[in-house]
Amino acid sequence: MSKRLINWFRFSSPQAFYGPAGRMIPWFAAAAAILAAIGLYIGFFVAPTDAQQGEAYRIIFIHVPASWMSMFVYLVMAGWAGLGLVLNSRLSGMMASALAPTGAMFAFLSLWTGALWGKPTWGTYWVWDARLTSELILFFLYVGFIALQAAIDDPRRADKAGAVLALVGVVNIPIIYFSVQWWNTLHQGASVSLTRSPSMATTMLTGMLVMALAAWLYAIAVSLARVRAIILERERHSGWVHELKEAAA
Amino acid sequence: MTDGNAFGALAGVIRRDLLLAMRRKADALAPVFFFVVVASLFPLGIGPEPELLRRIGPGVLWVGALLATMLALARLFAADYEDGTLEQMALSPEPLFVLVLGKVIAHWLVCGLPLVIAAPVLALQYGLPADTIAVLAASLVLGTPVLSLIGAIGAALTLGLRGGGLLVALLVLPLYVPALVFGAGAVDANLAGTGAGAHLSLLGACLAIAAFFAPWAITAALRIALE
Repeated sequence: MSKRLINWFRFSSPQAFYGPAGRMIPWFAAAAAILAAIGLYIGFFVAPTDAQQGEAYRIIFIHVPASWMSMFVYLVMAGWAGLGLVLNSRLSGMMASALAPTGAMFAFLSLWTGALWGKPTWGTYWVWDARLTSELILFFLYVGFIALQAAIDDPRRADKAGAVLALVGVVNIPIIYFSVQWWNTLHQGASVSLTRSPSMATTMLTGMLVMALAAWLYAIAVSLARVRAIILERERHSGWVHELKEAAA
Repeated sequence: MTDGNAFGALAGVIRRDLLLAMRRKADALAPVFFFVVVASLFPLGIGPEPELLRRIGPGVLWVGALLATMLALARLFAADYEDGTLEQMALSPEPLFVLVLGKVIAHWLVCGLPLVIAAPVLALQYGLPADTIAVLAASLVLGTPVLSLIGAIGAALTLGLRGGGLLVALLVLPLYVPALVFGAGAVDANLAGTGAGAHLSLLGACLAIAAFFAPWAITAALRIALE
């Protein structure tokens, strides 16, 4: 390996990753907090009131980034899971299990804010719309992944079984999405049209993108913190953990 | 069984599992009776109006078949896992892929096929017309193998874990959504007079994809469980 390049494979060892991960967390967390503050400021004070929905639409600044992240985190999780199966690296499985609760949280947040948004605009908390239904099923997939890993005591088996499940889920997600969409068009009259995209003001779009970036950085910071905890828990019998300052205290 | 022949091994596994099921008839018949009982409970809970029952019939029968298949999953690998047969299968010269496929086919013959046979009788109780019943049977013929294949992944992943039965439900039910949508959709479409062809084709596509990919996932999950 050339000396100028960083040897990335070095960081696939939990021991090597633990330190840098800890040093990265404050940066990601601070950036997430600053961007969230900017995004919320734009969302609440700068963005104009919507002509049709009034002030109620402002929940979009939480709702849309949460929905994006819930889908994206599942893909990243499955990516780590697949990497763990192929390369048999321990850290990959730990990353996958560190990401799952964050993804589930975003899926839940997306459903929750969607319900709160639906009440004033559609007059109901829930419609069996294709997008809502597939988001709900995505949430169930996260819950299944977390439950499976929680039920297995041996961490290596938990990682591998979770990885198989995550990959099966990834193959299924497009099928589920299209089946639900088909089901929806067959069963439901056009009571609510979600597909008609309202022309969005540039400030609204800016606010949403800033919030999405904040959600992204938050997800990175939180999963790094969680993966550090997982590393400590699994490596608690190894020498390097006992030499750590924070572990000795 | 002929040695070194994958088809021989497949037939051997199927014959063995069918024989085991025949020796324990009560176990084999439990899912289909569960299906019948569940389907009979819905009219008691909802009311006997024929119009309403005809409307909900396809969905109720499909959900009932789905739950019945799921209940039988716990037995798919558990006995073989406990007495070490599964380990011998993994060590055998035949590919585990083939043996697993045989076990899934046997599971479908024992559990899925009786559902397909029982469903038309239950559909009569729900007042579905004759051609719709034929579509229901066709959708179940195509759909229950998908349920067995996907369910086997969940059964293999949860092998030997505490709370296995509930966990299988949590893992597998979200993955059953496409089969349910297309299966019940086919029957609904026939009732509505729009033709069930598209739904049945999509269900067939699901079966093709599941038959191709699921044995790999099941094999991988079993090897993880046997480690």
